[in-house]
Amino acid sequence: MQSFLDNLIRNAGHDPSTWPWTQFVYLAGMGAIAFVVINFAAITAGIFSWAERRVAARIQSRVGPNRVGPGGFLQWIADAVKLLLKEDLVPDEADQFLFRIAPYFMMVGFACVFVCLPFSHRLIVADMNIGIFFIIAVTALIVVGIIMSGWSSNSKWSLFGAIRSAAQIISYEIPAGMALMIPVMLAGTLSTQGIIRAQGGWPWQWFLFDNPAAFAAFFIYFISALAEGNRTPFDLPEAESELVSGYNTEYSGMRFSYFFLVEWGNMWIMSALATTMFLGGWQLPGLTPERFDALTGGSAVVAELASLALFAGKTLFFVFVVMWLRWTLPRIRVDQMMNMCWKYLVPISFAGVLFVAVWMLVVHAVPALGIAMRVLLTAAGAFGVGAFVVRTLKNIRDTGDKFDFTSNW
Amino acid sequence: MKPLEIPTMDMENKEVLRRIEVGGDMLLNMGPQHPSTHGVINFLVQTDGEVMKRAIPEVGYLHRSLEKIGERCTYNGYMPYTDRVDYIAAMFANQGWAMAVERLLGMQVPKRAEYCRIIACELNRISSHLISVGTMAMDVGAVTPFPYALREREFINDLLEELCGARLTYNYLRIGGVAFDLPTGYEEKVSTFLDHFEKILDEFNRLITYNEIFVKRLAHLAPISKEMAIDYCLVGPNLRASGVKFDVRKDLPYSIYPELQFDVPVGKGEVGTQGDSWDRFWCRVEEMRQSCRILRQCLVQIPKDSQVMGKVPRKIKLTEGLEAYSRIESARGDMQYYVVAGPGENAHRVKIRTGSFTAMGIIDALSRGLMIADLVALIASLDVVAPEIDR
Amino acid sequence: MTFEEIRERLAAKFGGAGSAGDGRSPQGGALEARIGALAPANKDPFVVVPAADILEICRYLKDDSELAFDCLMNLSTVDWPKKNQIEVVYHFWSYSKRHAFIAKVQLDRAKPEIASVESVWKSADWLEREQFDLMGVVFTGHPDLRRIMMPDDWVGNPLRKDYAEQADWHNITTTRENSLEGYVRLDEFKKKVAEAAAAAAAPAEKKELPS
Repeated sequence: MQSFLDNLIRNAGHDPSTWPWTQFVYLAGMGAIAFVVINFAAITAGIFSWAERRVAARIQSRVGPNRVGPGGFLQWIADAVKLLLKEDLVPDEADQFLFRIAPYFMMVGFACVFVCLPFSHRLIVADMNIGIFFIIAVTALIVVGIIMSGWSSNSKWSLFGAIRSAAQIISYEIPAGMALMIPVMLAGTLSTQGIIRAQGGWPWQWFLFDNPAAFAAFFIYFISALAEGNRTPFDLPEAESELVSGYNTEYSGMRFSYFFLVEWGNMWIMSALATTMFLGGWQLPGLTPERFDALTGGSAVVAELASLALFAGKTLFFVFVVMWLRWTLPRIRVDQMMNMCWKYLVPISFAGVLFVAVWMLVVHAVPALGIAMRVLLTAAGAFGVGAFVVRTLKNIRDTGDKFDFTSNW
Repeated sequence: MKPLEIPTMDMENKEVLRRIEVGGDMLLNMGPQHPSTHGVINFLVQTDGEVMKRAIPEVGYLHRSLEKIGERCTYNGYMPYTDRVDYIAAMFANQGWAMAVERLLGMQVPKRAEYCRIIACELNRISSHLISVGTMAMDVGAVTPFPYALREREFINDLLEELCGARLTYNYLRIGGVAFDLPTGYEEKVSTFLDHFEKILDEFNRLITYNEIFVKRLAHLAPISKEMAIDYCLVGPNLRASGVKFDVRKDLPYSIYPELQFDVPVGKGEVGTQGDSWDRFWCRVEEMRQSCRILRQCLVQIPKDSQVMGKVPRKIKLTEGLEAYSRIESARGDMQYYVVAGPGENAHRVKIRTGSFTAMGIIDALSRGLMIADLVALIASLDVVAPEIDR
Repeated sequence: MTFEEIRERLAAKFGGAGSAGDGRSPQGGALEARIGALAPANKDPFVVVPAADILEICRYLKDDSELAFDCLMNLSTVDWPKKNQIEVVYHFWSYSKRHAFIAKVQLDRAKPEIASVESVWKSADWLEREQFDLMGVVFTGHPDLRRIMMPDDWVGNPLRKDYAEQADWHNITTTRENSLEGYVRLDEFKKKVAEAAAAAAAPAEKKELPS
């Protein structure tokens, strides 16, 4: 992070090392960056809350919030203000201290992840050499917050939610971690930017289509990330129809909003990570990272913005998929959730890691095999997308429905 | 397994003892304000972690003593109250009461009125089943099928509103006929709706019925055998899902059902065991299709005259002790009215036997060893409605 | 089987058991069919059986291969203060034979007690609890006989004809203010106004008359 600030100031034509109070300058700079990052996290989460409601409404043939601002866009601000102004109730028999502190644990665990999430070619807070490891470690703080909130509420429903959540998140961290190991092995680095640089701009250069194990790892990661983010079909900890509201049943006001901030913010994290690890991140088609580095002046700015837009676009697409799944699928049961993790995802991800290790040796010996596999998998992916489109069109035709994106806004 | 101690009132301290720990197990009060108990029902759940040892239904939160009210109203005056027996399928309670009193009077209902009744009832059956399957999907965690079901139900509500002016508690039937004739152009409206609805049913099946997670959740869940279903007196779709091919409309035909062609869907255990929760869900979906068939026939066969009220005395006065028993196929199964006439203008005793009441009785036996998530699905699959249990 | 055949089969089985306590039995038969004389077409026939034998009769109804009543459809009670009786009405139904049967038991109103048939049909469990709660009929041998609709500590049985509701329950009043109190119907109000006007006019006339 220091180097990032250094670069920033040097590019502006100054040398911070010659200044007095150098360390304070860095401290102030870090504070400013932390402010920006936390606000980015909070604002994306807020906007997603609006987006999710609109998407859900479209999916369910409803209208959704459309009164506050254009298309109801300012709804999330209204909600935030309302939640901030609400009374912060603490149940009489709750463990007061833990009850109050639990949401902050979640916020910390959530905000820290943004430190090493890339946004574009140069835009990253700190490109740590242990980036992925850091993200996996810090995410675990969320579980602590959830267990705390569930236990301290002194409500049976909250406790159920908390225990479910603990079991779920800890279990699914294993397949998620193993699945993330596959791109790490392919790239040979834990740094998020390093992994993106090891891929390319075109789909067939992505790690997703590198080999069958990576292809499977993407889906394992995505499923596990859904589980870690408590999203349907894995929303057992807050299963509304079973546990009233799960671990946050007793919360109200601002503290309640933290839980949902984290949930929606997590959607960005899981999608950005999937984009980074498997979908080539900010890589622009036809522009290698080396040539990107060498760009200067106006073209560098344009390329930077393009890479930012591309990264955000891929991420937002996955955010949409996550919402789409939430409003389509039923919830699985707690034993099925455990079965799926330990009987299917964990063995497959371990086998995938082994496969990739062997595959890398094979490709090293016969490079043509690697190219052939990429072409094959890319074709399979394209076929899958095509089949999906055809089926969707058929369903729409069968029901006598029509595309309608204009009405009911 | 030692029996679960039921919380009782401590009369000395006038304090409700709700916090009872049973051995090492946890006692969970699921309800009366729980999102998925379908009304105000309380379940005392004895759990060991996620696995339930027992769930005891506690009902009575919605008891409005409708049977007592029946003893104080005139026969005609009781009709609006019967709406409240089951406000999701109010038309059937109307019909049961009307049929019971007509049986007491020994009168015939004009043909067109019978057709009006059946059209209204079958529309109501579809709307009731839509709520049932929609909430069931929601209880299993899929939120989207519910608004889809409610959207279709809105069309039916509009149709019924046009027919009788009410959207929920219809009070459409009268003793000896119906209150209003079909409005002009009603047949076309209903058949337009049916054209649309049959396509939506296919879409609904694609969306949820054969969804992999949905099937995994419900297949083999709380299967009820044929013998058990009969022993506990389950009725309607719950009974048919267990493989008993019995429908009051088919086997004890009343009204104009003998003139209509339709099938009785029976649970086959397509994805799991016969009589499991998925079969109960599927039976309801199929019944909606059959109701569409019935409606289409009704719209063609309905007589063109305009007599919708039979000859009923202005003041219905019956001999004391006269009694009648009517059975109809409500959306929740065999609904039975047992009416004993009183000396004056009102009944001496009205007993309403509803499908949800007996369906509730089976939950205790079925719940052992299930998970909490399963209990929610089980309640939804039995399609219990709180007002119908408590009356 | 028709209702008559079922009755005859029952009478053949239990006929020699001696006269029952209802006082209307024909000679030698414990069972009496009382098919409606008033309006036969409208009225469902029923059979009155002695209370003491109800469990035995129910067992026979269920186990006999010809009768095979596998379902107790309905169980209701009727309060007759005039006859000082509480009738328990059993509606049987057979899914295998598709026939129905109705049996009645007449109990003393002061002490209504009858054997529970829960051991024969499970559906009797809740149906009997309901009647115990609302009518106060005690079903001996029921495994879990407690109130179902009313609170556990409720006093009285609401469906009895002479039931008077308790004034409050745990300091919650059971009666509501009549919201119409103090209001007068418009037509009655007009009538009163007219009467008052007539009364105001009348004394004047009366005054005139004596003078």
